[in-house]
Amino acid sequence: MSEATLHEARAAASMRMERGLVALGIVGLVAAPFLIYPIFVMKMLCFALFACAFNLLLGYTGLLSFGHAAFFGGAAYFCAYAVKAWGWPPEAGILLGTAGAALMGLVMGFLAIRRQGIYFAMITLALAQMFYFFCVQAPFTEGEDGIQGVPRGHLFGVVDLNVPMNMYFFVLAIFLIGIFAIWRIVNSPFGMILRSIRENENRAISLGYSVGRYKLAAFVMSAALAGLAGAVKAIVFQFATLTDVTWQMSGEVILMTLLGGIGTMVGPVVGAGLVVGLENTLATSGFPVTIATGVIFMICVLIFRRGIVGEAYARWLGRAGGKG
Amino acid sequence: MTMIFGIPIQAFLGQLLVGLINGSFYAMLSLGLAVIFGLLRIINFAHGALYMLGAFIGYLLLVHLGIGYWPALIIVPLAVGLLGIVVERLALSRLYRLDPLYGLLFTFGMALVIEGIFRFYYGVSGNPYAVPTLLAGGTNLGFMFLPNYRGWVVVASLIVCIGTWLLIEKTRLGSYLRAATENPELVQAFGVNVPLLLTLTYGLGAGLAGLAGILAAPVYQVSPLMGSDLIIVVFAVVVIGGMGSILGAIVTGYVLGLAEGLTKVFYPEASNLVVFVIMAIVLLLRPAGLFGRDA
Repeated sequence: MSEATLHEARAAASMRMERGLVALGIVGLVAAPFLIYPIFVMKMLCFALFACAFNLLLGYTGLLSFGHAAFFGGAAYFCAYAVKAWGWPPEAGILLGTAGAALMGLVMGFLAIRRQGIYFAMITLALAQMFYFFCVQAPFTEGEDGIQGVPRGHLFGVVDLNVPMNMYFFVLAIFLIGIFAIWRIVNSPFGMILRSIRENENRAISLGYSVGRYKLAAFVMSAALAGLAGAVKAIVFQFATLTDVTWQMSGEVILMTLLGGIGTMVGPVVGAGLVVGLENTLATSGFPVTIATGVIFMICVLIFRRGIVGEAYARWLGRAGGKG
Repeated sequence: MTMIFGIPIQAFLGQLLVGLINGSFYAMLSLGLAVIFGLLRIINFAHGALYMLGAFIGYLLLVHLGIGYWPALIIVPLAVGLLGIVVERLALSRLYRLDPLYGLLFTFGMALVIEGIFRFYYGVSGNPYAVPTLLAGGTNLGFMFLPNYRGWVVVASLIVCIGTWLLIEKTRLGSYLRAATENPELVQAFGVNVPLLLTLTYGLGAGLAGLAGILAAPVYQVSPLMGSDLIIVVFAVVVIGGMGSILGAIVTGYVLGLAEGLTKVFYPEASNLVVFVIMAIVLLLRPAGLFGRDA
C-alpha cells in the first residue's frame, strides 16, 4: 500500500500523538461500563482486537487477507466447544481457540503466500469459504443453530465471569494485552522487516531476507490474535455461530480497518467502534446493514483511503502532501 | 441397469450433466473476470452481483412487463453492460493508478450494495423463472434423459466463450485490447483511445456476467444470494487456472464443474469443498496456476 509510506515519514510525531490517545483511551475504557451498556462495549473491544490483528497483516505487512473470519469464527467454535462439551475453564478454552486459529493460520498462510497481491486475497477468501462449508457440515458446530448456552464459568477457578463487571474487566485486560502484543510486534526489528516487505518486497528479498517466512510468521500471529478476539467473544456472548465464519465477516473487518485507517495503531479500534455502533443503530431502524456497509466501503476507497485516523494525522501534522 | 464404478449410469451421467451446467457458468464468469483483470488489473468482486442482477432483471421484465426470455437474452446483457460502463466511468477509472487491492475493495462494496438492495426488496428466498416454451421438455438420448433447456445452456455458454475468445484473439479490436494489456502507454501513443477501451472492456465483462445471469435464471432459483454463493468458487477457479490466458479460464471452468459433478456421485459431502481442495493442491504443485504466466 503506497500511501503507507506517508505514515513512515510522520512516524515520530504520530507516535507521540498515539501515546496521548492511548492513555486517554484506557481511562475511557475503564470508565465506559459505568456509562454504557457493558455487553456493547465488550462487543466493540472484541471487534477492535480483531481489526487490529487484521491490520497487523494489511497495514504493516501489506497483505490483504479476505479470510480472517475463519480465524475469528473458528476460534469461537473451538473455545465454545471446549468450554461447553468438555467443561474446560474459560481461560483454557480461550487458549485452545487461539492455538487453533494459529494452526489454521499456519496452513492457510502456507498456501496463500505462494501467490502475491490480488491472488493472495482470492486464495484466503476461497480457503475461508472452504472452512465455512466445513463448519456448515461438521457435527460439532451444531449447524445453523450454532453452539449455544456456553457457560462463562470461573476464571482460574476464582473469578466468577457471570458477574458483568468481572467479565468486562477480563475482556478489557485481554484487549489491552492483545494491543500491546501487536504494538510490540510492529515496533520490533521483526516488525521493521515486515514493513520493508510491504514497501518493496523484491528489495527485501535482495537484501537476503526469507520474505516467505516473515510473511508466514506475520500471518500466523495475525490469525492467532484474531482467534483470541473470537474466542473471547464466544465467552462473552455465550455462543458461537456460522455468522462469524462467513465472508461477510471477513469483509467487515476489512471495512473497520479501512474506515479507521490502514497502518495506524488506533485506526482499527476507531473503525471497529464506528462499525459496531452503526450496526447497532441500524439493527433497530430496519435499514439493511449490507447497503450501508457497501456504501461506506465505496466512499472510503474513492475519497477517504487514509481512513479517519490517517486523515486526522495528515491534518494535524500539517504534512498532508502526496495523494492518499 | 448398466453400472459404472458401482453407480447406475443414469445417476452418473445425471450428475455429470449438473457438473457441466455448473461448469458452463464457472467458465462464463471466470472468462469475464479474466478479460476485466487482463486490461484493468481489477478483480471484479461485483461479478457475482452483476450475474444476480442479470437474472433479476430478466425476472422483473417477465413479471412486470411481460417481456419473455428471448428478448431478455438481448436486453439484460445490454442493461448490465451499461451499468458496468457507468460504474467504470464514475468510479473505477479513478482507481487505476492505485494498488489493485483498492479495485477489489471497491467492487466488494458495490457487490454488497447491489445484493443488499435486492435482499431488502425481495428477501432471500428464490423466485422461479419458467423455462421458455421453445425449450421446455426433454430429449431421450438413449442412454439418458436430457432436459432441453440444460442442453441449450451448455451450447449457449460454449458459443459465448468461443465468441469472446475469437473477439479477443482474432479481431482488430481484440488486438488493440491485447496490446493495451501488454503496454497501455505505447498503445495510447499509437492513437488508440485506451480509456475508452478500458470502459468498453468493463462493460463487456459486466454484460457477460448479466448474460450468464439470465441463462441461469430458469436453471437455478432467481435469488439475491445466487451471485455471492458462486463468485467465491469462481475466484478459486481463477486461482487454479491463472488469469494469464482467456482459453485457460474457460477450460478450467468447465473442468472444475465436471470435477464437482463427479465428486457428487462418489462422495457427496465433499462436493462443495472439492474446488477449494483442488485449488490447494494446484498451489502446492504449480503456484502460478495451470495456465498462469504471472506468479
